[in-house]
Amino acid sequence: MGQRIDINHLNVYYGDFLAVQDINMKIQANKVTAFIGPSGCGKSTVLRTLDRMHEITPGAHVEGQVLLEGRDLYGPDVDPVEVRRDVGMVFQRANPFPTMSIRENVLAGIRLNKKHIPKSDADDLVEWALRGANLWKEVKDRLDKPGIGLSGGQQQRLCIARAVAVHPQVLLMDEPCSALDPISTLAVEDLINELKQDYTIVIVTHNMQQAARVSDYTAFFNLKAVGQPGHLVEMNDTTTIFSNPQEEDTERYISGRFG
Amino acid sequence: MMGRADETWPGSNKDGETPMKDMRSRASLSPVSSAGGSASSTSVSPDSVSPGPVPAGPETPGSESPATAADGGGAGKGADGGPLPVIDFGKFKPTRSSLRARKRKNLIMTALIVLSFLVALIPLVSVLWVSLVNGVERLNLDFLTHNMSGVVGGNPTATGGYGGILHAIIGTLEVTLGAMVISIPIGVMCAVYLVEYSHGGRLARAISLLVDVMSGIPSIVAGLFAFSMFATLVGPGTVNGFSGSVALSLLMIPTVVKTSEDMLAVVPNDLREAAYALGVTQQRTITRIVLRTALPGIVSGTILAIARVIGETAPLLIASGFIATTNPNLFSGRMTTLPVYVYNEYSEGLAVCGPGAASGCLTDIRMQRAWAAALVLILIVLLLNLLGRLISRIFSVQEAK
Repeated sequence: MGQRIDINHLNVYYGDFLAVQDINMKIQANKVTAFIGPSGCGKSTVLRTLDRMHEITPGAHVEGQVLLEGRDLYGPDVDPVEVRRDVGMVFQRANPFPTMSIRENVLAGIRLNKKHIPKSDADDLVEWALRGANLWKEVKDRLDKPGIGLSGGQQQRLCIARAVAVHPQVLLMDEPCSALDPISTLAVEDLINELKQDYTIVIVTHNMQQAARVSDYTAFFNLKAVGQPGHLVEMNDTTTIFSNPQEEDTERYISGRFG
Repeated sequence: MMGRADETWPGSNKDGETPMKDMRSRASLSPVSSAGGSASSTSVSPDSVSPGPVPAGPETPGSESPATAADGGGAGKGADGGPLPVIDFGKFKPTRSSLRARKRKNLIMTALIVLSFLVALIPLVSVLWVSLVNGVERLNLDFLTHNMSGVVGGNPTATGGYGGILHAIIGTLEVTLGAMVISIPIGVMCAVYLVEYSHGGRLARAISLLVDVMSGIPSIVAGLFAFSMFATLVGPGTVNGFSGSVALSLLMIPTVVKTSEDMLAVVPNDLREAAYALGVTQQRTITRIVLRTALPGIVSGTILAIARVIGETAPLLIASGFIATTNPNLFSGRMTTLPVYVYNEYSEGLAVCGPGAASGCLTDIRMQRAWAAALVLILIVLLLNLLGRLISRIFSVQEAK
């Protein structure tokens, strides 16, 4: 089951630079939440704070709280590595491990953590994850072939399978379809709709039609000017955001009259 | 599209009198004018365009150069309302003579490149050929399976041979293996620190500088260092194979660090992030993903480093010495290596075949042995290279299905 995320007064820094200022939002469990906004407004940055990937960048840090089902992810005794096992992530560019086969890619999250699993369990897990990612039928006869031999859309679904194989509660997706053709995009969007039964999904997208199609809630981020920190303008039901936004900025952005 | 381009490119009015000419000049400018049109379509309306000045220079209908068609004209307005500079794109187009000049230059450069390739090939082929011709005479099983004990002058030994290089082959392999065991872990771990942990800090810059300095150390200095280190630690005059390994590892480490660093740096960050996002620790990400992906490159770089040091003579002469018998113990006693053997044979000069010499006595036997040993050294390096390529291929990242 998915878990709820509450963000309280979150400031995100790269070194001394305040990239995102004072974010407050509630991300509902088992729903799809879309982050939209212009480039550089910090939506990917906020997404990366939700699994503490943000702090991989040297000098990056945050202030404020991110609560996963009430547990503060930035608490003093929280191990970022453990956080990332609960909160999975899919990236803009499909990044299967080039040295691994399809099967090894799916099992990577388990194997790399040194957990030994018997072969029959591994087989079941591979099938379960690949079925969950709608990829099983296409690759079941070539599980031992390299993962990077697949097409772009298949690679992205392989990455989703790899992410769900460690059984997270939340799945973060950073523009998962921006490098995919429309057919592969449709496949991934269908998958997102199925996945939300088991996971809380947060997706960053530049494609507003996609946000309207897949998400239940939409958050619009903006920044006042280049060099200024990004901020959350408005968050609401997707239908409300797209039909009756409360803020003028939101309306201008979604109707394409931005800037 | 043409009409719209005309409207939004006020400069086009300059030769609006002759439609044919206009079309031709537009054709040469169309990518620019259409781009300008779409960019300025909101700010410049057709009404705001005033007729520009008619160009003074008459144009010949048969003119081939687009430059004459496009020059002159009034200044238009850019998307932000400011004056748009008039640009004569015809001027930037290559002329016939410049194309000819480029072809000529291409021919000359191609010839130069081929020539320099051939010049570079001459010493390589000649070294291989001379070593093969001179070395193959003495290169036989007896030569490979015996050492130099019991060899007197140019006389044949009891087995019918003239001594051999078994002890030098064993010495070279053991000393080089020792150098690998020392330098590969240190070099790779140093590179891992530089790429994965240091984030370009002060210590990293200091290490990089020291590695660069180290790669310029003369090999004789490395030999003296190893010799004096063992003299201090073990006792004066300590000469053994391992001391040679230490000397060689000093020469190897910079190469291993540099190539490993380069190979780790080209591992895409995507893969590190993918592993971190699966809840994998940094240590296991480095060992299982980053090093694994960079492995083929690291192997190639290491082989290069080995090829560089395996032929070193001076440091081994000092640190490991020379002996006629086989010494399999790396840590005790003098140990002959192939380059030192070659040097020693060569420096001894001609053998004396006096009146009491055996019937098969050869005066130039030492030269023959030196060439044959040199050939064996070349073959060992070649084999190491092939082995490295094989390992690289086995662990390489498969691109296609």
